[in-house]
Amino acid sequence: MKWDWHAVSDFMPHFWDGLLVTLQALALGSLLSFTLGLVWTLLMRTPTRWVRWPVGVVTEFVRNTPLLVQLFFLFYVLPEWGLTFSALSTGVFAIGLHYSTYTMQVYRAGIEAVPVGQWEAATALNLPRRRTWTAVILPQAIRRVVPALGNYVISMLKDTPMLMVITVLEMLGQARLFSQQRFQFTEPLTVIGVAFILISYLASLLLRALERRLVR
Amino acid sequence: MSVETRTQPSATAAQPADLIRLERVTKRFGANTVLDQLDFAVQPGKHVTLIGPSGSGKTTILRLLMTLTKPDEGIITVDGEPLFPAPEKQVREVRKKIGMVFQHFNLFPNMSVLRNLTEAPVQVLGLSKDEAEERARELLELVGLTDKCGARPAQLSGGQQQRVAIARALAMRPRVLLLDEVTSALDPELVAGVLDLLRDIARSTDITMLCVTHEMGFARDISDQVLMFDGGRVIESGSPEKIFSDPEQDRTREFLGAVL
Repeated sequence: MKWDWHAVSDFMPHFWDGLLVTLQALALGSLLSFTLGLVWTLLMRTPTRWVRWPVGVVTEFVRNTPLLVQLFFLFYVLPEWGLTFSALSTGVFAIGLHYSTYTMQVYRAGIEAVPVGQWEAATALNLPRRRTWTAVILPQAIRRVVPALGNYVISMLKDTPMLMVITVLEMLGQARLFSQQRFQFTEPLTVIGVAFILISYLASLLLRALERRLVR
Repeated sequence: MSVETRTQPSATAAQPADLIRLERVTKRFGANTVLDQLDFAVQPGKHVTLIGPSGSGKTTILRLLMTLTKPDEGIITVDGEPLFPAPEKQVREVRKKIGMVFQHFNLFPNMSVLRNLTEAPVQVLGLSKDEAEERARELLELVGLTDKCGARPAQLSGGQQQRVAIARALAMRPRVLLLDEVTSALDPELVAGVLDLLRDIARSTDITMLCVTHEMGFARDISDQVLMFDGGRVIESGSPEKIFSDPEQDRTREFLGAVL
């Protein structure tokens, strides 16, 4: 087997396209999972059983079925019901939804870790419920969960190649396309492998910086 | 420097109305009855100290008044208005009259000292940011921490944190200040500063104080009335001179002998 630098340079334009799609999926998927996860957590804390119960069932279901199955389902079944989205949108939604069922658990733990004295002080000062959440509890809870959320970002990054199965041309999709046309597998796969490591590493540096800022 | 509190409208009456009333209040935690059919009243402006062995229900009274927990039976009124039983909206109104300082300070660690003091006046009393900050700065001067405006609570010593917590409670201009073992979590050398501040507030304002403490010297100094608790009931009450020098109950004598 020989390493072919020409294959690398021929692959690079496709690589950049793929990288852009991977980063888009990662960024939007993360944002969606952070937001939805928080929504699930707060809904699970409402006093109404008729809210908690369906949210609990749905999130349990999503967490315990494979992302791959969810991708296929959303991509091939939803259009039959008249709901059509682009492959990337579907992929972002699937990743965001799937990981929101994990981030909700992280948020819950973060909220429960806020000392009960903080709630009591808020009550003693007569702060409205909503303000207690937004000004006292959530800022403290979220600070605590940044490292755990960061780990899920890395996990999501490693799950983005699954989007290939619903025709999204992210990095692995581009590498596979290139390989099938040129019968050169080593170069494109190595390039995207290195790219995955670099993105993970940069993301972890970013997270550590964020943690340091929050913990002061 | 003054900490304003509203004057009691009925102060002209011969017998001032009770500011706080508990009637036949019972509180149980599981099979354990912490307060047993308790009747208890505090007149406006009085400084009342609750003493007694741990688990005797002293702190529970403060927590009931702050609505941090609910009684199982009984009636609680503040300034003639029901606090329990009462609808949530009513509770919010009545609660404005009450402030509390906690054993573990419970400052908001994600906010500056100044913001700890302005948050509730802005959000609850509807003060403008400037008004609230002016009030906060006055109070920080009172507690001797003007230079700590921008600090985070974690950057302060325990004694400083507790002084901020006292200022935070006063910023709401409550009529009643509940003090729940406010020096118990402090290093011994920091206790005096906090107690001196509270003595000062007790002397210079007409705020009503309800105080749970193990600092008997402090209790003797500031109290108009001392209540001795045991087993969820008040077993003896009287002036500090009477309770500390010549208690009637053996149980009181025993308790004081153990803590003094």
